[in-house]
Amino acid sequence: MRGVGILGAVSSPPSLEVSGLAFAYPDGHQALFGVDLRIERGERVALLGPNGAGKTTLVLHLNGVHRAGAGEVRVGGLEVTREHVQEIRRRVGIVFQDPDDQLFMPTVGDDVAFGPANFGVTEPELSQRVSDALDAVGMADLADRSPMHLSGGQRRRVALATVLACDPEILVLDEPSTHLDPVARRELAEVLLGLDRTMLMVTHDLPYALQLCPRSVVIDGGVVVADAPTWDILADPDLLAAHRLELPFGFAL
Amino acid sequence: MAAGHAHPLYRAGDSAVHRLPAHVKIVVAFVFVLAVVATPREAFAVFGCHLLLLAGVWVVARIPPGWLATRALIEAPFVVLAVLLPFFAAGPRVEWWGMSLSVDGLLAGWNILVKGTLGVLVSVTLAATTPLRDLVSGLSRLRVPAMVCVIATLMLRYLEVIVAEARRMRLARVSRGHDPRFVWQLGATVRSVGALFLRSYERGERVHLAMLSRGYTGTMPAFTTAPASTATWSVALLPAAAAVVCAASGYWVR
Ligand SMILES: Nc1ncnc2c1ncn2[C@@H]1O[C@H](COP(=O)(O)OP(=O)(O)O)[C@@H](O)[C@H]1O
Ligand SMILES: [Mg+2]
Repeated sequence: MRGVGILGAVSSPPSLEVSGLAFAYPDGHQALFGVDLRIERGERVALLGPNGAGKTTLVLHLNGVHRAGAGEVRVGGLEVTREHVQEIRRRVGIVFQDPDDQLFMPTVGDDVAFGPANFGVTEPELSQRVSDALDAVGMADLADRSPMHLSGGQRRRVALATVLACDPEILVLDEPSTHLDPVARRELAEVLLGLDRTMLMVTHDLPYALQLCPRSVVIDGGVVVADAPTWDILADPDLLAAHRLELPFGFAL
Repeated sequence: MAAGHAHPLYRAGDSAVHRLPAHVKIVVAFVFVLAVVATPREAFAVFGCHLLLLAGVWVVARIPPGWLATRALIEAPFVVLAVLLPFFAAGPRVEWWGMSLSVDGLLAGWNILVKGTLGVLVSVTLAATTPLRDLVSGLSRLRVPAMVCVIATLMLRYLEVIVAEARRMRLARVSRGHDPRFVWQLGATVRSVGALFLRSYERGERVHLAMLSRGYTGTMPAFTTAPASTATWSVALLPAAAAVVCAASGYWVR
């Protein structure tokens, strides 16, 4: 569905449009029961929910690792199908939970180049992409290092750079603040706030959601149970309790 | 070359040997090892020539012999084998300090010892002057199949991760009173090797997922390595050619 913008221009399609998405794992376990979610371009949305709610399963539908059992997923207007899978993967940049899974090349620079090179970017643009992406996360001088010799916070930011280098339509982060010390956590937040990209952030860290995402979606038992401004969701103790979400000690809205 | 990106065998430097393209060094090392292996075992002097040639490379690369010697210790198991052979091999025997040694065994032991040592020294020299990443891109430049390069790349990266994981698991065991010196506690070590294998396997699946998500379709993107000029090739191949000549002369003087 296309709306008409204020100035009469045709507005761009939403970055993400999930409708009626249902999915069962091959072993028969049904993880998603009809998920609807629409994220406009430039929005930052937190995806909240207890363990086993289906968050990771949903994320893996966004770039075609899992195929919808029913319903559909569109990224920037393009439906996730087998034919489009390569373009979809370029448009959806997933930063996985453990940076050690994401950083598999011997050096940081090679790792950041891996995505764009797969998507057909060649020199000299490739080097430009790599240095731009490392610049954006404040790691420009570490291109020649092995990921093994970086701190946890640095690894997380490099993992973010590997995805930014692909110039994604939507950035998806799976639990970005786990295993980060407070300073690294704040530094990552500053980088993310400075990016100006559509973002979907899976997290258990409710204050982090509040800091980074104006809007939150709560998912539990494979369905969306709440979709509202983050402040409103965190200020609703009954909703939080019903879905095993909890603000840290001493934190109240 | 990139500082900070090292492996335990790499010795940072800026010598002519360090600056050679990796694929050239791989070919030279390979030819050199072939020449060593092909040298007849009775041609004792020829092995001295090989060692002299190698020493020449070390001088150019500024690698101290002591540094090399400590890294060459990985061949220790072969030394044991070489020492045992003269005692147990069959055939004519010689008396030495009251011990009866097999002539064939002596020669076989010497053969293993000298060729193994030279082979290890050549490999350590290659590793000492070439960062890991260059080794892999050198292999792919030599048209080693893409899959082998993918595996080599991932192994280089995850060997470190797995070693670190094993160290953490050992620490966790030891801090709970596990003392691996006692044989009856071997079980815990064995079980943790199993856990390590499982974890590595699960990691493999997650890494594969992360690769797919960034557009991986089965081949690593080719990272640029410059081709080597004919001049570079001919200079670099000199020690290897000399080794081949030495090996051939070994047959001739025999
Ligand atoms: N590979 C799988 N096979 C079968 N069931 C799975 C698999 N992965 C996850 N599940 C199940 O699907 C549900 C949703 O899991 P997941 O999406 O990982 O949850 P979350 O990321 O929200 O913690 C859980 O009940 C989980 O046990
Ligand atoms: Mg999860």
